[in-house]
Amino acid sequence: MTEQSETYSATAEVGAVRKRRTRAERAWLLLKSAPPSAWFGMVVVCLYILVAIFADVIAPYGEAQIHPVPFAPWGGDFMFGTDQIGRDVLTRLIYGARNTMGIALATTFLSFLIGGGLGLVAAINRSWLDQLLSRMVDVLMAIPSLIFALMLLSIFGSSVTSLIMIIAVLDSTRVFRLTRSVAVNVAVMDYVEVAKLRGEGLGWIMRREILPNIMPPLVAEFGLRFCFVFLTIAALSFLGVGIQPPTADWGSMVRENASLIQFAKYDLTAAITPLLPAAAIALLTVAVNFIVDWFLHKTSGLRDDR
Amino acid sequence: MTADPNQPGAPGDILLEMRDVRIDGFSDERWHPIIKGVDLTLRRGEVLGLIGESGAGKSTLGKAAMGYTQPGCKIVGGTIRFDGIDLVKARDAEKRKLWGTRIAYVAQSAAASFNPAHRLIDQTVEAATRRGIRPDADSRADAVELFRQLQLPNPETIGNRYPHQVSGGQLQRVMTAMAMSPRPDLIIFDEPTTALDVTTQVEVLAAMRSIVDEFNTAAIYITHDLAVVAQMADTIKVLRFGEEVEEAPTRDMLERPKETYTRSLWSVRALEKPEVKSEDIVLSIDHVDAAYGPFKVLHDVTISIPRGRTVAVVGESGSGKSTTARVITGLLRPEVGSVSFNGEPLPASLKDRSKDQLQRIQMIYQMADTAMNPRQTVFDIIARPLEFYLGLKGKAREDRVVELLKMIELDESFMDRLPSELSGGQKQRICIARALAANPEVIICDEVTSALDQIVQEGILKLLLRLQKEFNITYLFITHDIATVKAISDEIVVMHRGRVVEQGLKSEILSPPFPDYTRLLLSSVPEMDPDWLTDLLAGRESRDPA
Repeated sequence: MTEQSETYSATAEVGAVRKRRTRAERAWLLLKSAPPSAWFGMVVVCLYILVAIFADVIAPYGEAQIHPVPFAPWGGDFMFGTDQIGRDVLTRLIYGARNTMGIALATTFLSFLIGGGLGLVAAINRSWLDQLLSRMVDVLMAIPSLIFALMLLSIFGSSVTSLIMIIAVLDSTRVFRLTRSVAVNVAVMDYVEVAKLRGEGLGWIMRREILPNIMPPLVAEFGLRFCFVFLTIAALSFLGVGIQPPTADWGSMVRENASLIQFAKYDLTAAITPLLPAAAIALLTVAVNFIVDWFLHKTSGLRDDR
Repeated sequence: MTADPNQPGAPGDILLEMRDVRIDGFSDERWHPIIKGVDLTLRRGEVLGLIGESGAGKSTLGKAAMGYTQPGCKIVGGTIRFDGIDLVKARDAEKRKLWGTRIAYVAQSAAASFNPAHRLIDQTVEAATRRGIRPDADSRADAVELFRQLQLPNPETIGNRYPHQVSGGQLQRVMTAMAMSPRPDLIIFDEPTTALDVTTQVEVLAAMRSIVDEFNTAAIYITHDLAVVAQMADTIKVLRFGEEVEEAPTRDMLERPKETYTRSLWSVRALEKPEVKSEDIVLSIDHVDAAYGPFKVLHDVTISIPRGRTVAVVGESGSGKSTTARVITGLLRPEVGSVSFNGEPLPASLKDRSKDQLQRIQMIYQMADTAMNPRQTVFDIIARPLEFYLGLKGKAREDRVVELLKMIELDESFMDRLPSELSGGQKQRICIARALAANPEVIICDEVTSALDQIVQEGILKLLLRLQKEFNITYLFITHDIATVKAISDEIVVMHRGRVVEQGLKSEILSPPFPDYTRLLLSSVPEMDPDWLTDLLAGRESRDPA
């Protein structure tokens, strides 16, 4: 080898030189190593997203279109029958994907914006501001969130905006705690001190020095948080204060058709109808968790022995 | 062969024999060789020193001597025979029987190797008791005796403490006692003193050597510090790129190294800069007291730093060297006293300093790994100060980055590498380039070479000297290594327990008469003489009879 010269030169020093790969190559390598559970999760999530985007094209009827037959049986014109006022269940399932997932996604983003931003500030600042924010979060977390959300929703009314805002604020407390705890470890690194000594502002240190180094746990948390938000929205809708009719959503669909379960002994398919939106929620939650598990395993540094 | 560790075979028998050992490591989706066919023979009672730069494979080879490889490594060829047992073919259960009882391992970081939840003595006797070498009570009595031989304070009671209640040097000695407790045939020391400062290192070395002598234990001593290995080893083996460069008895090796590479390792310590006096003070620290909360660290520290010169601050860990740097940079507000730059007082707190003041004083850190954001490329790292202080953009900025890379003897091919793709020396060079990018007047170097191999250290020191000449930069050089001080400094400040013991020109400080502390510090620096430790200990005993 030519690099093994007898005299010393800085460029010839052997570092851990890696083969340079493009982003696409690296992504492919990563995907190739994914376990079947993660593949299952990714396929399911992709399907959900496709359904949500192309709801208008896929759905056989309009979202709030009412047909003359309520509680129609499965088959015929209506694959999964119709609901209590004669709306096609399949159509509403498809539109529900768009509405519930869209609102859940917006809520999760907002809660990360609030919780993540304040968490970073607290981690860098570490003074009275950190104390104030942390104690406020403690207070918010001390109140059971579902009951708190119910109360706030009945005060501000159940519009989509207030739904997003309230759940986002309540969920941002968890994001704050996570962000603060991982960012504190990064904030004491020498390179953050270097940036401070250079005179960099808070924004630069947050975005450029700390954020890129705490992305993996945050991304994983994003997946989990999305599931929780999703379940909260479904729960609130089930209780009647979430997404309001005629907008289709899985939580209220369970509530509206719940009584059909009693007819199991006459018609099994009718009893399954209210379980369909519940199954949709469950499947998505499991799928997202599979992806998050794999991602956490990849980034936690716990390597399998080879 | 006997399996009873209490009856070792005759000294001089071959204990460990490694033939053409090949080890592959897995990284970046493929296997590549780490050890490329090394032979090693160790007789009972013999100490073998393994030296080489980082990445030479010395730790991997040391662990292979136990039949162990780290996750991600595998032995692909050769034989390893320990006392007649083939360790390559042996099953895990068989190897586990040897480990901890007949082969012991002393790791670099004792603090990370102890379980913080158990008392020291319980951990010391664990191996001997659990393997039924002798009853628990005997093991405990024996451990106390080992503590005494290793010159630990209060040998009867120190075992009742927890790992965090003793110092790093003491912990390293307890770890040696732990390794010694089952009376192994072979101990592997993996850089056991690298993390200690010089005055502690001497005590630990002396303790290890006497105990290895006493029990006639064979040992493999892994280090990158030649002077240390010269004190410990009977034979020295030099490794590079996973291959053996040469092996010889210590004295022969020190006097007549055969290979060019070995000679270059030896010549490193010869670097010495002629001192130049200067009266033009660029930075002065006046009567500074500083504290972390209630814990006072600096007491009335006064240092003046002449322009274009190097002032070395020496002292052991905890002497306040780094705290002084924090006061200068404004990270720690002094309780009393002030720092002035070019005759003007600097605001005490970082927030009150102007961009210009920040630009003039730059800092380089000990651990280049943590001083660079692992998610930024070399270009990002160097280009940011250019943009931030000098407002350079686009092509001008890129040209300047290339120029800076040339200055630190690297080229533009490094621009889009991440810090994890650089070697230790290259990382430190990038940190130097980042400091240079700001066009500073003063650079504070906090132990910048102490984490590097000697040959790389020399390269960095030469670079720093050349840059000083070209740009008339002033260095405040914090270090505990006297060889580095000799190589780079004009003036020396000796610090001890937060006070300045003395400040003066290099020639004044390094020649007698010495204050007590300076003498202790200077005499603790290992020299490339196999008799140095013996002479030193004899000298110290005669001076202060216990």
